[in-house]
Amino acid sequence: MKNEMNEGFTVNKETSTVNVKRIFAAPGNQVWAAWTEKELLDQWWAPLPWKSKTKYMDFSDGGYRLYAMVGPEGEEHWARADYTSISPKTNFKFLDGFCDSAGTINKDLPRSDWNVNFHEAGEDTAVVITIRHKNLDDLEKIIAMGFKEGFEMALGNLDKMFS
Amino acid sequence: MRIIDSPMRRDVFQGIADPTRRAILGLIAVHAMTPTALATHFNTSRQAVSNHLKILTECELICPVPGGREIHYHLAPLKMREVDTWLEKFRILWETRLNQLDQVLSNLKSDKNEK
Repeated sequence: MKNEMNEGFTVNKETSTVNVKRIFAAPGNQVWAAWTEKELLDQWWAPLPWKSKTKYMDFSDGGYRLYAMVGPEGEEHWARADYTSISPKTNFKFLDGFCDSAGTINKDLPRSDWNVNFHEAGEDTAVVITIRHKNLDDLEKIIAMGFKEGFEMALGNLDKMFS
Repeated sequence: MRIIDSPMRRDVFQGIADPTRRAILGLIAVHAMTPTALATHFNTSRQAVSNHLKILTECELICPVPGGREIHYHLAPLKMREVDTWLEKFRILWETRLNQLDQVLSNLKSDKNEK
């Protein structure tokens, strides 16, 4: 177990998949809540200075979350997560896509398949995320879309943090 | 809506999207190669390899250098850095996001302790 990667971010170009793993010093039910309750989710989902605003959320199999990434100038990028499978406290899956404020999916923009796993071990909880895209092009488009400005700002913030 | 891509301006990601093209990049990264030499590494036709080379050239991932009887293809490492830069941004997005989650979780914990 010691050799196991505790944290990581990898991109598999062959499968157009992004893999993220992180261990949190918190019990499983709290980590699960932070991912599945909108009040908590909105507190961390958007990288500062962007804000996450959930307009509607029905966390159930077949339900969805309609949310906006709100930029510092008030610009809104809407997205919708359709929950496709939920195994309480251990795993949930959803299909993420861009939409308008009413939740109508923009079919011209790529959607991604999310698989979020939770493993409680002692006092910690590991979260393993797999995001699958149709192709590498889609993966790139997703970045270019919603987060461009946010990225630049987040980068600036981090620079400040590390300097 | 479909973004029309002009044949001469390709995206670097289009270049690496194909497994054969990634293999070609891997070979060329070691040393510059001619299309004939490259073709011996693949089961596809010489024409297919030429086509991949054309796309990689348009992506500016490789550059043709005429020398002797045949063209030698060299790797253009600067362009590959674009991929790295982009991945780095994505990694930082996740780091930022998960650091925020960490903060939310530690707030939850201290809320509980205060009660």
